[in-house]
Amino acid sequence: MSQSGVDVPPKGGFSFDLCKRNDMLIQKGLKAPSFLKTGTTIVGLIFKDGVILGADTRATEGPIVADKNCEKIHYMAPNIYCCGAGTAADTEAVTDMVSSQLRLHRYQTGRDSRVITALTLLKKHLFSYQGHVSAALVLGGVDITGPHLHTIYPHGSTDTLPFATMGSGSLAAMSVFEAKYKEGLTRDEGIKLVAEAICSGIFNDLGSGSNVDICVITKGHKEYLRNYMEPNPRTYVSSKGYSFTKKTEVLRTKITPLMERVEITEVGEAMEE
Amino acid sequence: MDLNLDAPHSMGTTIIGVTYNGGVVLGADSRTSTGMYVANRASDKITQLTDNVYVCRSGSAADSQVVSDYVRYFLHQHTIQLGQPATVKVSANLIRMLAYNNKNMLQTGLIVGGWDKYEGGKIYGIPLGGTVVEQPFAIGGSGSSYLYSFFDQAWKENMTKEEAEQLVVKAVSLAIARDGASGGVVRTVIINSEGVTRNFYPGDKLQLWHEELEPQNSLLDILNAAGPEPMAI
Repeated sequence: MSQSGVDVPPKGGFSFDLCKRNDMLIQKGLKAPSFLKTGTTIVGLIFKDGVILGADTRATEGPIVADKNCEKIHYMAPNIYCCGAGTAADTEAVTDMVSSQLRLHRYQTGRDSRVITALTLLKKHLFSYQGHVSAALVLGGVDITGPHLHTIYPHGSTDTLPFATMGSGSLAAMSVFEAKYKEGLTRDEGIKLVAEAICSGIFNDLGSGSNVDICVITKGHKEYLRNYMEPNPRTYVSSKGYSFTKKTEVLRTKITPLMERVEITEVGEAMEE
Repeated sequence: MDLNLDAPHSMGTTIIGVTYNGGVVLGADSRTSTGMYVANRASDKITQLTDNVYVCRSGSAADSQVVSDYVRYFLHQHTIQLGQPATVKVSANLIRMLAYNNKNMLQTGLIVGGWDKYEGGKIYGIPLGGTVVEQPFAIGGSGSSYLYSFFDQAWKENMTKEEAEQLVVKAVSLAIARDGASGGVVRTVIINSEGVTRNFYPGDKLQLWHEELEPQNSLLDILNAAGPEPMAI
């Protein structure tokens, strides 16, 4: 029976056993694999009837754009959404985990989830990992006690604010909010301001780019506006298709679209609960 | 520009707790910084533990929030078991137990202040390391360095409520003027036998100190203002 050479911490969590060996390899010249970071501009603001969250859609791996249209506004509960900046895996994992915990809690209590519950679950988890789970979050939602907006930092500290920005583009977005935010914005004014703040991040921060996602949450209703604005369309797509160098004789052309449009027709009775 | 947005949140901070004839006044600034960026310019560093005991937090934002959350929970249980409001001494001791036993991992300085029927108004300072010291007044945070001499001169026993609050506001305002890691607004909490009063003093309404300029709404106003009058002979 072979014995495992690496000690696993008894309660799960991180094992730092390989750090010394990794440092030695890097010194010898090995290039460490990079991980997907969402450079990011994420914002949130409280308006007259609820909360508006906004995010850009660029995911970067060092200097390369790994995903031009990723989703940074994560579902936590029907009335609570969370934007995530930092390491993409960490934000996805932590928001998914807390979203499941919230659902189980809803089943147990028989009530809608409250934003402060999500906040406490997230901050407990992040604090216990002492900042190694690199997730910076903007959590917003409307519950029975009203609209709430919180920011959560990787070390586990939280702030409650009327408007908030996070991520590498946070300074650009915050400058827009500080200049133009006021209390009691209407829905359209709020969306316009959020879009402006995200655009400011997209155009002035190298880690943010592509499109603007917006999520509007009000009492009993939410609207997830995916790709609300697309200020970076791909402009130079050749309409002639691919052309070969001068001497090549094209014998046959066959174009296969990579994704087929699938038509779904509902047959039979609807599923019953 | 040294802008490390991954730096842990610290509350640079100026926190003060002062006893007066009948209760205590707690005061704090409102700046939370991440490296050189102000992450929250309107934070509330005076956190409630029970109806009659509040704590001023400084140092690492995460550590101080977690400690005060745990102690609020312990005090809630303690109050139920005891059947009457918890005393300030017990609150300070619970904070001290956490701070001392986890001294290697925590980086937070706290000032506990409140009023109970046995001892009246009391202030306990709990700096890094987990010492607990009962004092007539306590100061903490990075901005407190600039206030030691000020308090040596300005503090006196048995002040009235108004005098004590004015002293606290003046002190926080002086520290904000000199400490880069403190700023924003001045928040005060007054605790006495009658209850708790929260006050708020916006940064631009504070008294101006040496070489401080009038607050302006925007840089454009300053630039567009007419230049100084030419000298007339």
